[in-house]
Amino acid sequence: MSLLDLTATQLAKAIKEGRTTAVEAMQAVIEQIENKDKELNCYVTFDKEAALEAARKAQEAIEAGTLTGPLAGVPVAVKDNMCTKDVLTTCSSRILGNFVPTYSAEAVIKLEEAGAVIIGKTNMDEFAMGSTTETSAYGVTKNPWNTAHVPGGSSGGSAAAVAADECFFALGSDTGGSIRQPASYCGVVGMKPTYGTVSRYGLIAYGSSLDQIGPLCKDVTDCAVIMETIASHDLKDSTSIERHDTDFTKALVDDVKGMKIGIPSTYFGEGLDSQVRKTILDAVEVLKSKGAVVEEFDLDLVDYAIPAYYTIASAEASSNLERFDGVKYGYRAKDYEGLHDMYKKTRSEGFGPEVKRRIMLGSFVLSSGYYDAYYLKALKVKALIKKAFDQAFAAYDVIIAPAAPTTAPVLGSSLSDPIKMYLGDIYTISLNLAGLPGISIPCGFDSKGLPVGMQIIGDCFKEHNIIRAAYAYEQARGAFPKPDGKKEAH
Amino acid sequence: MANVISDETIEYVGILAKLELSEEDKENAKKDMADMLDYIDKMGELDTDGVEPMSHIFPVRNVMRDDVVTNGDGSADTLKNAPESNDEAFIVPKTVD
Amino acid sequence: MAKTYEAVIGLEVHVELATKTKIFCGCSTAFGGAPNTHTCPVCTGMPGSLPVLNRQVVEYAAAVGLATNCTITQNCKFDRKNYFYPDNPQNYQISQLYLPICRDGHVDIELSDGTVKPVRIHEIHMEEDAGKLVHDDWDDVSYVDFNRSGVPLIEIVSEPDMRSAQEVIAYLEKLRLVIQYLGASDCKLQEGSMRADVNLSVREAGSAEFGTRTETKNLNSFSAIQRAIEAETARQIDLLEAGQPVIQETRRWDDNKGYSYAMRSKEDAQDYRYFPDPDLVPVDISDEWLEEIRSRQPEFKTEKMKRYKEEFGIPDYDIDIITDSKKMADIFEEATALCNKPKKVSNWLMVETMRLLKEKSMDASDLTFSAANLAKLVNLTEAGTINSSVAKEVFEKIFSDDIDPDVYVEEHGLKQVNDESALRQTVEEIVAANPQSVEDYRGGKEKAIGFLVGQTMKAMKGKANPAMVNQMLKEILSR
Repeated sequence: MSLLDLTATQLAKAIKEGRTTAVEAMQAVIEQIENKDKELNCYVTFDKEAALEAARKAQEAIEAGTLTGPLAGVPVAVKDNMCTKDVLTTCSSRILGNFVPTYSAEAVIKLEEAGAVIIGKTNMDEFAMGSTTETSAYGVTKNPWNTAHVPGGSSGGSAAAVAADECFFALGSDTGGSIRQPASYCGVVGMKPTYGTVSRYGLIAYGSSLDQIGPLCKDVTDCAVIMETIASHDLKDSTSIERHDTDFTKALVDDVKGMKIGIPSTYFGEGLDSQVRKTILDAVEVLKSKGAVVEEFDLDLVDYAIPAYYTIASAEASSNLERFDGVKYGYRAKDYEGLHDMYKKTRSEGFGPEVKRRIMLGSFVLSSGYYDAYYLKALKVKALIKKAFDQAFAAYDVIIAPAAPTTAPVLGSSLSDPIKMYLGDIYTISLNLAGLPGISIPCGFDSKGLPVGMQIIGDCFKEHNIIRAAYAYEQARGAFPKPDGKKEAH
Repeated sequence: MANVISDETIEYVGILAKLELSEEDKENAKKDMADMLDYIDKMGELDTDGVEPMSHIFPVRNVMRDDVVTNGDGSADTLKNAPESNDEAFIVPKTVD
Repeated sequence: MAKTYEAVIGLEVHVELATKTKIFCGCSTAFGGAPNTHTCPVCTGMPGSLPVLNRQVVEYAAAVGLATNCTITQNCKFDRKNYFYPDNPQNYQISQLYLPICRDGHVDIELSDGTVKPVRIHEIHMEEDAGKLVHDDWDDVSYVDFNRSGVPLIEIVSEPDMRSAQEVIAYLEKLRLVIQYLGASDCKLQEGSMRADVNLSVREAGSAEFGTRTETKNLNSFSAIQRAIEAETARQIDLLEAGQPVIQETRRWDDNKGYSYAMRSKEDAQDYRYFPDPDLVPVDISDEWLEEIRSRQPEFKTEKMKRYKEEFGIPDYDIDIITDSKKMADIFEEATALCNKPKKVSNWLMVETMRLLKEKSMDASDLTFSAANLAKLVNLTEAGTINSSVAKEVFEKIFSDDIDPDVYVEEHGLKQVNDESALRQTVEEIVAANPQSVEDYRGGKEKAIGFLVGQTMKAMKGKANPAMVNQMLKEILSR
């Protein structure tokens, strides 16, 4: 058995017990990266010597008894939209191609406090805008299950790195499904917690009211352990919530007897790939056989979530990305005449097409005369969507849905039709609008051998329910296979 | 329904967003924006009269700090990533008021 | 017959609040640091940084609102105002548009003819200040310093209720007085801690309609405001007389040249795309909190004037000047409490203090001396320990260095000489040395005694008791 077969939690235990070391774990990961990453391109920034040095330091501290955290010595990959002190942080954008933060994101600090050792920074859709990791300025990331397919996005690098054993776990961020959808495409566990559970300080904002950091990992136990580590009430983030129920590992209980599960029929109708549907409904049957009470119901307003989401996310993004102007950090155009030309050239050369598309849309919907019709309207729709979920959660403990309508699409097939791509977010984005937690857990394959993820959705602050359901399912499912990286002909 | 985005609108939004668009970019942007707006206009079907717009999901209020200085000299960190600076300030093309 | 016009003026007044830290981060607001030393990721718009509101800003803003008869918005929010400029690190300013903290207030201004006129306040909102741009004299570049970026401001927006520069200045003085009394700001126009933008239109006198207004910026003194208002009124009247339209625009006043010019740019769409800032949560000001703020409101000028008249019996004129500055009033009250001689304290403030302030072009709010030292000086003078000319000299040291007059007089040997024999000896010597003056005096030129007094004081290094010297001279000369 290879070290790489261990989960993060198992590895931490092995290191603690002296059966292996942080350095050995890092070496194993490095070897895997050296073998695979040329093809997969999970990492934007990977500094072998720095990673090894960090692992050595961690091991010394572990041996000295000063580093005792739950993830002590475990190598972790961090999505490149989280600031890491003294380490390049690009958001997979040309405009931040040389940005080295002088501070770390709070979630990264929490991981380091728990002893995790940073390997490098993972690839993503530029500024997290995309669903395939193809909008990165630093090349596409490929799906470890089949390198002709995308890993999903925007946290595609993190998801693929976990699936390919190029790390033991990773951090991602989720604004509209950016953790759960790539987790589904790559056959790993991914979770977006309740809005406000993980500090956004140091996360380079896309849609501030929607963004949340969460784990991508090998199993539900890791997920709970990592969540316990990164959840915090951070005084630097005004939207961070003070919670006293972040003991997520307590939810690792193999028991769903009497748990009420709602299946929104609107999520399983038209537009959903039939193999994906069957795979997920089979998984639901597993929970049912373990005593869960499953019921179909109508979730309202599903069709309005995408329009509301793209209005709000684009508007916030257009404002959040104004700071990238060539004045304080990052890229500045070489030839310009005067200030405004410098701004325009810098931004036009620095941002990719999808980012520009959303900035343009966001600027438009906020512009004079349109605010009420678009932005304000979207905030009202958001309120109604939240209400619809409140009603659903009055009846059910969790809701089960697909994470995406299909398995991972073929590389190059998505970007040409943006609206079609946006429609792929239909099962994930409502959670961001309503602040809800959701987990994606692998539950099978389609006929092409690509993984399918089941999304388990909880009410706000009810991560315990979804972790419990996911854990119980995982216990019944058994170990999920690993990719062998074959390339399918198309 | 079908939205048509004029050249003027794209020009105007380009000024707001500080993006320089080639003729081809502009044509693409006109189409993309029109398509998206057509799609977003679906929200109009929904009756939202009397609905309070929800900018924050949770009713959290009054997150404030005390008026106590916590930061020291930050100039080195502030200027570290500057594309152009002297020892103490960022340098930009001359701003004309 | 020529038409008569009137100006219709509203003001947007920005006031920098006297907090120790910035509105959204723990950086110092102190003046005078080297560029960018008072900065952090938040106030320089670094990626991933987030704002956290300074409670004191809310309290100052609400206090100003209460003092200007506003309704306090008990659920207020922050919005983003989006525009690109290098002094604005995020390229949006966090401000308040939809739910400003204060609304619908007024202050009463007193006009030169004694009438009182209310000026309505539309709203007061909280926002962050921008950084500073310094333009290179030789090169085509500007330097950006973010030390002021994120310093808290309130913007006080009046209704268009003013009709002349005099009214505008009276309004600004009133605001300044109230805000200084609250300790919410020092309100210095020259230093930019108070800034006024003038919205002005003209119309035919008596008309109920408003004309098209312009906004004039960059007014750094009362005289600049006065000149700019007069110039803009004349410019708009000229346009109307010539049958040309007034264009709604922002103009920048050049006080050296004495005219304003339009700040227009095609890159400036003036479309700020305000929306609620998702990074900040709303502020609820409960009844209890509001009551707490209200209970801390100080005694303002009007109440003080009334009380001084009853308590201290000093002239109305003195009271008016002393209460024009909270600082001065505080010194007056404290010194009086210590020495119990209100008129004497008042005299020091009215005469010497005012003279020195003027001489050093300082504002009363800049006074740094302690009331205790002034009270000691009054006691020294009253007890005859020092004479009045020495007292003036000592006061200058109190004014500039806040010295302790007891120690200073002792150390410098400035005590008045009341010793009869010592005085007599000196007077005799002076009389002997100036036979001409003695002769003049005896010949009827009474003024000659002044010269002899002066010579004696000089010989005694100013410390002689002047009354005793006078009396002694007269006695000797009449022998």
